[in-house]
Amino acid sequence: MGMDRRKFIKVAGLSTLLGLGGKSAFELLFPGELEAAFLTKPEALKGKRWAMVVDMKKMDEATAQKCIEACHKVHNVPNLDNPVNPKDKVSPDEKVRWEIKWIWAEHFHNAFPGMDYANMPEKVAHLPFPLLCNHCDNPPCVRVCPTQATYRRPDGLVMMDMHRCIGCRFCMAGCPFGARSFNWRDPRPFIKEVFQDYPTREPGVVEKCTFCEERLAKGQLPACVVASNGALIFGDLTDAKSKVREVLKEKFTIRRKPFLGTNPQVYYIV
Amino acid sequence: MTGDGNYKNEFGVFAEKPKVRKKIYDRNKVFAGLAIFLVLVTLPLWKNLGKAVPAPKPSLDTPAIQKLAAKEKKCVEPTAWIRVNHMQMLVDWREEVVRNGPRDYTASDGRKFGASLSNTCMDCHSNKSQFCDQCHNYVAVAPTCWGCHLDKEKKQVAKAEGK
Repeated sequence: MGMDRRKFIKVAGLSTLLGLGGKSAFELLFPGELEAAFLTKPEALKGKRWAMVVDMKKMDEATAQKCIEACHKVHNVPNLDNPVNPKDKVSPDEKVRWEIKWIWAEHFHNAFPGMDYANMPEKVAHLPFPLLCNHCDNPPCVRVCPTQATYRRPDGLVMMDMHRCIGCRFCMAGCPFGARSFNWRDPRPFIKEVFQDYPTREPGVVEKCTFCEERLAKGQLPACVVASNGALIFGDLTDAKSKVREVLKEKFTIRRKPFLGTNPQVYYIV
Repeated sequence: MTGDGNYKNEFGVFAEKPKVRKKIYDRNKVFAGLAIFLVLVTLPLWKNLGKAVPAPKPSLDTPAIQKLAAKEKKCVEPTAWIRVNHMQMLVDWREEVVRNGPRDYTASDGRKFGASLSNTCMDCHSNKSQFCDQCHNYVAVAPTCWGCHLDKEKKQVAKAEGK
């Protein structure tokens, strides 16, 4: 079975043409059959590098609590202290093991270990620093995920795809900020008021803050930012006129464990 | 064959292998056991013989659908297409929304929908047990959607119980 070079090139050329032209011909004959278009909502907030600044001068216990509640409510984060059925009550030990948190508050020495010192201003030492996923520029959780369930979006968000998560918890080991929680048990018995527009999770997946990407897509600011009464500032770092850039230019900020090289994108004005 | 039970070829005369009578020991027990096994294995067939399993009838009777004008009473895509391809469409939606970002699905007839199982599909089909489960149970598939995604049916039940 022989084919000379001339004939081979002819056949190869023709099939390439057919391959390239086939799709457009299909589109011409059956428009829209091949792929239906997906569009971003026109009102969606668009950014190239989302970041958050926390103004600790405006932060107090009550505000921090409000932010946490707002976030955990719209994301159906279970509250182990408040089960739907009182029979499901968990012991304090179990609560520590099973707790799920997207945003939580810690004192300075826990939020910035190594940066605290004796005789520091007591006011600062006892402020409730809201902690959340830092949406690092160089996220270790993404690097260690074996299924790419957690990945970095082009706009800087470190996102979770619960459909792909196999619950290996490498990301929890990789994250130096403890921003990730594992679902050791079904969260539904611990969600008193289910927020109908957002899914819950299943046992066996890891979850964390997503910078409210589902709200950004609808043109809304993250839930904690809305509830913070100005203490949390959210915006696009690539936009020189954005609020975050203005604040960062004006005030000195610190970040959590910047020496680890993950380049965290949540800034704190102390 | 040489006629005396041996056979011959070009290499010489060879004795034939002695014939051993093949025998099944405990023939009765073996066959009885086999019969019982066959009956047991095919029992489901016999049991359902002549019984027709009713075809699934997914119900479209929900408040949201009833509210729609007759002209608008159609799914995101043509019903026949949806019936065959809804699982692939949902996987595509998931892939687009979760991994790529865009959240609006433009159907083949140009209408736009939010690409969401809980918020688009279940807004109309708020009767999961009468709609989704009808066919899924019939063909014995168990989609894992509902471990995380909320079906709005439960909310209605909860509301009713609350009252």
